[in-house]
Amino acid sequence: MSQEQHERPEGAADDADGESEAPHQQARWYDGDRYEPLLNEKSTDTVAVESSLPDDLTRDELTLPDLAEPEVTRHYTRLSQMNYGIDSGPIPLGSCTMKYNPAFTEDVAAHPGNRVHPLRSDDDKQGILRLLYELQETLATVGGMDAVTLQPPAGAAGEFTGIQVAKAYHEANGEGERSEVIVPESAHGTNFASAAMAGYDVVELPSNEDGRVEVSALEAAAGEETALLMLTNPNTLGLFERDIAEIAEIVHDAGGLLYYDGANLNSLLGKARPGDMGFDIMHFNLHKTFATPHGGGGPGQGPIGVNADLAPFLPTPQVREVDGDYEAYEPEHSIGRVHEFTGNWLVLVKAYAYILRHGDAGLERISETAVLNANYLAERIEYEVPYGPFHHEFVASADEDAADVAKAMLDQGVHPPTTKWPEIVDEALMTEPTETESKARLDDLAAAFDAVAATDPEDLAATPTETTARRIDQADAARNPRLSWHALE
Amino acid sequence: MPYVTHSEAERSEMLDAVGVSDPDELFDIPDPVRFDGDYGIEAHSERETRAAVEGILEESADLTEFLGGGHYEHYVPSVVDHLSLRGEFLTSYTQYQPEVTQGFLQALFEFQSLVVELTGLGVANCSMYDRSTALGEAVLLADRVRATDGDTVLVPADLPDRVRSVLENYTDGPGITVESYPTSGGTVDVDGLAERIDGDTSMVYAATPNARGVLEPDLAAVGDLADDNDALFCVGSDAVALALLEPPAAYGADVVVGDAGVLGLPTTYGMGLGLFACREDFLRQVPGRLVGAGEDTAGNRAYTLTLQTREQHIRRERATSNICTNQAWLALRAAIHAAWLGPDGLVDLAEESVTGVAEACERIDALDGFEAPVYDGHHFREALVDTAAPAADVVDHCRHAGLAVRTVEDAGEERLAVCVTDANRDRVDDLLDALAGYGGGA
Repeated sequence: MSQEQHERPEGAADDADGESEAPHQQARWYDGDRYEPLLNEKSTDTVAVESSLPDDLTRDELTLPDLAEPEVTRHYTRLSQMNYGIDSGPIPLGSCTMKYNPAFTEDVAAHPGNRVHPLRSDDDKQGILRLLYELQETLATVGGMDAVTLQPPAGAAGEFTGIQVAKAYHEANGEGERSEVIVPESAHGTNFASAAMAGYDVVELPSNEDGRVEVSALEAAAGEETALLMLTNPNTLGLFERDIAEIAEIVHDAGGLLYYDGANLNSLLGKARPGDMGFDIMHFNLHKTFATPHGGGGPGQGPIGVNADLAPFLPTPQVREVDGDYEAYEPEHSIGRVHEFTGNWLVLVKAYAYILRHGDAGLERISETAVLNANYLAERIEYEVPYGPFHHEFVASADEDAADVAKAMLDQGVHPPTTKWPEIVDEALMTEPTETESKARLDDLAAAFDAVAATDPEDLAATPTETTARRIDQADAARNPRLSWHALE
Repeated sequence: MPYVTHSEAERSEMLDAVGVSDPDELFDIPDPVRFDGDYGIEAHSERETRAAVEGILEESADLTEFLGGGHYEHYVPSVVDHLSLRGEFLTSYTQYQPEVTQGFLQALFEFQSLVVELTGLGVANCSMYDRSTALGEAVLLADRVRATDGDTVLVPADLPDRVRSVLENYTDGPGITVESYPTSGGTVDVDGLAERIDGDTSMVYAATPNARGVLEPDLAAVGDLADDNDALFCVGSDAVALALLEPPAAYGADVVVGDAGVLGLPTTYGMGLGLFACREDFLRQVPGRLVGAGEDTAGNRAYTLTLQTREQHIRRERATSNICTNQAWLALRAAIHAAWLGPDGLVDLAEESVTGVAEACERIDALDGFEAPVYDGHHFREALVDTAAPAADVVDHCRHAGLAVRTVEDAGEERLAVCVTDANRDRVDDLLDALAGYGGGA
């Protein structure tokens, strides 16, 4: 490659000294295009489809990219270099909990003992069943719950499963008429969507002036229509709901159940358990609390835990131990299945390995460090940080458009926090550094926040310039949807 | 302590900065709900942990599988692992900041393009959890878009119980009833369906290959019946079969669901990659994530998550689905596998799924005490086999030869099911030996 091709294109911004010093900048491409052609733009072939099947069953032709392995490899290698992952640097997305994922769990996942078909007989998959059983029991202990199903393939799928279990329980008790699910306004959007999907009316609960559930509003909302209150604790502002015992009493007195959204559980390991707080149902986000790589959007896994009264309603199959052997069984009043098999097995095996690696002391150290890191970073940045004290995350308030702040942070070589949510905080920057970031990386993040805070707001709109793509016109992309290469032709 | 990088000095400095002497002071948890016990989990070194977990995994039997039934294995080329495990892909998050996630967005855009090509439909999303949840979402979509009311979805009588159970959880909330229509001779009974369908039907579902491994011969007739009754027509299939089969849009499918994990995903205890495509006019009702192409301010093509106003983080209880985490990394793997195969390779792989099972059936049929396939018609990957001896005994016998096959209840009989793909085709001789060694069965 010639020297010329290494030079930056016109308009690419330099740092003051002409060198980029951002500590974990993603790869950039300075060969003029700044993007990788689509596979079909490199080489496409239309092949006539010939088959032993009759013509009326088969297609006439198939048109797809046609490249040899070296070019396929270079295409995806280049795409990977145009992508930012936790292995590149911090991703402090509040409520998403993106922490470092140890390399060895990938080797555990690659072990041939995972290559088991789900329709084998129990006798022929004892290794799988034993791991399922032990993880089920371990999660029950961590959550302070009586029983756990590992089946739901994501956190939101866990919510839906938990709500279906609650509904089946109410119906079995002759209380099937309960029609409402109460959700605090600061809750994850999935809570609202999952409750609606299960056929419930959603009652939104306002926050009080210190960012927590307004207990008097809950008293007014809870009643004979209440099936469930869904709550995460600490909440999405990073605040512990200190009135949890009173909240639980109000919901239970009304005949409702209390559901725990486990997205923030990494800040409670070794310190508190949802079951002890009065929660009847909870989900775990294994990819958040126990780390599994999030793979650009998934897979995750969202097991749910329940108390003993609800255990008979769990999905089938559950796993139990009988005289040292493991067997699948169907709980007495099971709601059936929420995934054809058992969700994302590889996430389960990685989470199991992660828990075993840490042990009690390591798990407690996770929550202590997550909380220390969040409070340290909150202390270090210039932006106003309302509320407190914080657990795993905090929500700062930007003086300017939070989306602009995020784009400017990209130019600082770091991934920005979650923006514009929760709406309780004006121009929210919802920040969760997690426990795997070092002090040096936290200081980088703080410096990035502060550099942006010190930038003239008018200059923020021109950012980012240091990234693979410049700012993308998302409104236009939504107005003129082009969702496949066929739409670009 | 694993993966926590603070030195003691740094930790003290940070504690000083936040004004506490111990991190425990930062936990704003009232005493009555504090946990002061322990979990009883011992910590292990990385080496010990690997040994322990791998030791457990090795407790499963070492068997060659001919199982199928909704989870299928094709050989996955090495390049899929090597590329998808690159940390920049594997450890990235949902693409909320598209300017630094162009690589993954483009891969997902390419995945969507693959699904559009395979189905012939205008829009594909970038993954569902599995084929059963994709079918659940299809029914919910039909419920939202259908012009007139109707709260019954019709599914074939041979829909596997596992899929039907998931569907019943999805349809419980909106009060949709799942009802079966008959099959005969191993395929859809079109006359029987005609008697069942009416104005109350919001969606008709049919799969090809179906649960018996048979390729449905006349789905156009099913599509016409759905159309005549103003119901949506949803076709179930998979990413390998569709490379060979007529695109479902060509015979009237409004929605295609199924499995795309047949590309890129080895057998991993039933992990899935749900496939979802539909007509373009349902665009704003599609569940899950969509990646779109657009431009950046420099005028270059760029990709972004789009139409997010459908999604749960904006629309909350009015969202088109509750999906937040999806199967993005598996979609990347499927896209890489398809790119590696190219169009010829993909068609050849599909054709091998036709010839492999046909040859196996022909050979099994020649054995005393076996008849295969039970149903006439063209099969894909799997077929049912009648056995003179109790099918469960045949399964046990095969197991002792290191081979996993299964039984299914079909038309009141217990039958053997056999699945053959490129991943186990070289062991069909062993299967034949085991069956022959059963000595004619009875």
